Amino acid sequence: MTTPISSAPQARRLSWNNPGVRAIFYQVIALCAVGAAVWFLVHNTLYNLSVRNIASGFDFLSREAGFAIGESLIEYGPADNYARALTVGLVNTLRCAVIGIVCATILGTIIGIARLSKNWLIQKLASVYVEVMRNIPLLLQLFFWYAIISETTPGPRQALNPLPGVFLSNRGFKTPWVTGEGLSWLFGGFVCAIVVVILLARWARKRQEATGQIFPLWRVATALLLVLPAAVWLVSGTSLSLDMPVLKGFNFAGGLTLSPEFAALIIGLVVYTSAFIAEVVRSGIQSVSHGQWEAAGALGLKNSLALRLIVLPQALRVMIPPMTSQYLNITKNSSLAVAIGYPDIVSVVNTTLNQTGQAIEGIMIIMAAYLSVSISISIFMNWYNKRIALVER
Amino acid sequence: MSSVNTTSTAENEGAPSKRLSVWAWLRTHLFSSPLNSLLTILSVWLLLAIVPALIEWSVIRSNFSASTAQECRSTGGACWAFIIEKHRLILFGLYPYDEQWRPLIATGILLGTIILSGFRRFWNFWLVVIWTVALIAVAILMWGGVFGMKFVENNLWGGLPLTLILSTFGIAFAFPIGVVLALGRRSNMPAIKAICVVYIELIRGVPLISLLFMSSVMLPLFLPEGMNIDKLLRAQIAIVMFAAAYIAETVRGGLQAIPKGQFEGADSLGLNYWQQMRLIVLPQALKIVIPPLVGIFIAMFKDTSLVVVIGIFDLTQSGKAALTDQTWRGFSAELYFFIALIYFVFCFSMSKYSQSLEKRLATGYQR
Amino acid sequence: MAHAIMRMKDVNKWFGKFHVLRNINLDVASGERIVICGPSGSGKSTLIRCINRLEEHQSGQIVVEGTEITNDLRHVEAIRREVGMVFQHFNLFPHLTVLENLTLGPIWVLKLPRAEAEKRAMQYLERVRIPDQAGKFPGQLSGGQQQRVAIARSLCMDPKIMLFDEPTSALDPEMVKEVLDVMVGLANESGMTMLVVTHEMGFARKVADRVIFMDQGEIIEQNTPDAFFDTPENDRTKLFLSQILH
Repeated sequence: MTTPISSAPQARRLSWNNPGVRAIFYQVIALCAVGAAVWFLVHNTLYNLSVRNIASGFDFLSREAGFAIGESLIEYGPADNYARALTVGLVNTLRCAVIGIVCATILGTIIGIARLSKNWLIQKLASVYVEVMRNIPLLLQLFFWYAIISETTPGPRQALNPLPGVFLSNRGFKTPWVTGEGLSWLFGGFVCAIVVVILLARWARKRQEATGQIFPLWRVATALLLVLPAAVWLVSGTSLSLDMPVLKGFNFAGGLTLSPEFAALIIGLVVYTSAFIAEVVRSGIQSVSHGQWEAAGALGLKNSLALRLIVLPQALRVMIPPMTSQYLNITKNSSLAVAIGYPDIVSVVNTTLNQTGQAIEGIMIIMAAYLSVSISISIFMNWYNKRIALVER
Repeated sequence: MSSVNTTSTAENEGAPSKRLSVWAWLRTHLFSSPLNSLLTILSVWLLLAIVPALIEWSVIRSNFSASTAQECRSTGGACWAFIIEKHRLILFGLYPYDEQWRPLIATGILLGTIILSGFRRFWNFWLVVIWTVALIAVAILMWGGVFGMKFVENNLWGGLPLTLILSTFGIAFAFPIGVVLALGRRSNMPAIKAICVVYIELIRGVPLISLLFMSSVMLPLFLPEGMNIDKLLRAQIAIVMFAAAYIAETVRGGLQAIPKGQFEGADSLGLNYWQQMRLIVLPQALKIVIPPLVGIFIAMFKDTSLVVVIGIFDLTQSGKAALTDQTWRGFSAELYFFIALIYFVFCFSMSKYSQSLEKRLATGYQR
Repeated sequence: MAHAIMRMKDVNKWFGKFHVLRNINLDVASGERIVICGPSGSGKSTLIRCINRLEEHQSGQIVVEGTEITNDLRHVEAIRREVGMVFQHFNLFPHLTVLENLTLGPIWVLKLPRAEAEKRAMQYLERVRIPDQAGKFPGQLSGGQQQRVAIARSLCMDPKIMLFDEPTSALDPEMVKEVLDVMVGLANESGMTMLVVTHEMGFARKVADRVIFMDQGEIIEQNTPDAFFDTPENDRTKLFLSQILH
């Protein structure tokens, strides 16, 4: 005798056996636990703050800062308020991050390709570089570079002078910089050259599609980028002068300055991160299966064309996610500046914190700053990653 | 048309007269193209400029036995006598001189347990027991106060034992938290998933320094009156929180690599969620992610150097302290070289181990 | 031989100490269809890969269409334009559409205008019977479809010789027929010289002018298909045939 299936017991709506009920129950417990913990912490904090007579809120931002900042790209003096000081710190951090990312990518790519070179010596040197730089802490490397730059370089009066106008002393690295009205013409010429190269590339591609002839774009573009700005400047007839650093008293005036702290931070960050980026580049290129090289060769493509059209596009897709995390690492590692005295945002907030005692607001500012930079980089890279993803079933 | 080859199997000749002479090897590996030849010449020139000078400084003219700074500098080479003189300070920090056998043994226990964990023979439940015993032993040795050992406050701890303690305790406590976070992030329950995601992304988006600052400055404010956490514990909490987020992401990657069929097989046997995880999924997932976890351990070991900024005496800081001695000044190159060497030996061996491990473990999952 | 489109004379190759090709002598006439079979490790793939310089032979001579294969890059490029290859694992370019895979060689190597390259590509896609997949990416196609695209890609270069390196070995059984049909069609409709390394003996019977058996780097026996399968002469050939024809 068979039992009809419809008489099997159903889980009642509000019973433990209903997985939906269980899920809600667990979540309520989790949220309550987190909520209770947060309430506990906040309660203690408010109490402790009032006991120690520490203010809260962000009003301190409009108060006068009262401390100087070693270097900044925007105008700042001790009479400016905290908000401005924090902005200077943020700008310094971004300056570090951007220059670091660009230089580390270039250096890392070169070393990554060197590790794949057929030249035994180059390959071994690149491997040694990568292994040494990856396995020594960044902080130690920063201390090392800072010690070298500040201890072994002489004072301004005995500064090293390797090239005319270039001085290396314990006050930093100074080079001549171009100034004058001619500068804007030069810059304009450069922008023109870029526009011309883009238009030329378009035209060359159309011509190839129409007739099959290939245009030597790289050579022409390089020539244009070098010649056109110079030509435009010459035609404009304006002046262009070199601002040479000149020893005045105890320091140099004029020219472009790289402080020892900034130099040490950039050199340390770039050298350290380039080792990791080299590994990302190497494994990206190696991840493209050998069959792709063979198929390209079987079609008659030269090695350079095969690399450009077949291997690199595929390698790039593999490289993007780990490259993203390296870029995020450079941004976060720039916070080590506080250990060698470069005024990045952590360092400025630290000083602010010590002066006002408002630790929580300070930490929140630091975390907000880094979070927004990290999340923007992540969002951009994720979007780019999706755009170039391989299409599969 | 047909043809049949009736000659017997060929003799085993080696490759013909292209004897791989040194000259031929040089041609193919160093001078195969104009660009390569140029690079080779530049590199050799660079090496000739640097290496002999380096060897002369660090070995030939170095001084191992001078007793004062003057004497040491006189040879013009590296002053390793400085390191020998100061090695106890660099390695053990401010720990009381007579009791330094205790951090020495603690370091030995930690290193030994780490090496032991590398052998696959020990990858079972016993490993957890061994680790628990080791960590407790280390804690007892360092603090003392029992078994007749003098009590040593933890603000006197420093140097290599402290670096090892911060990283190993950090990873040990962060690991279960990270696994729970990874499971939570993959959960179907939105509230739990949200909590885990927020935690992980928040921690991964900020530098370790800010977490160290946060814990050293904010933690005292979070606690009710009368409760106190000492500086070392604050730093340890920050490191644990930081490592947990990275471990969570790594374990999540491992969980994603488990084929859906495994979950379905476990379900069809009637196992509940926790049994599934404990018996089927986690053992496989954790095995896959051991190489990246070793990478996280190496990174934590290097990152402990950051506790310098909140005033804790790890290896880097105690090294710098040695530099402040007035009678031995100006030997920062030797010092940084020594400390870098310690970090390098540790991190390099761990990363080589992780690479060989990856090769051996990969065979199971490749077809 | 009247007009040998490819000639191999005393070709030897070593992988390190392993002697993979021993004194290979082979003449291929224009328009001839040759099937090469043998146990794994016998050197058959290596032999055809030497023809388009994917492998380098260490001694002996290989002459394709009057040009000898040497280290001279110009010779190698010239030969690769005349010789097409179909791989066991297809090796399609996953980041390009099917049409772009086919037009890549004509545009960048043969320097054809795009319109002409695309016309040629669509012709060959029709020939292999998948013109509707032109806009898809290789990852979206089945194995059999991918291999047919690979064949079309090589044909777009208008080669004189087509090399096939175990073209159906990586395919699921139900897709092997569609690829073999394309290859049979190619053999019957065009005067293409084909060298095919395969285990598909039905294909050999249908299409081959000559079947070559290789073992341990040597050519052991070669004959017309009927003579080869029905009356093998060498013992090793007989052993091999008994293992694969069951």
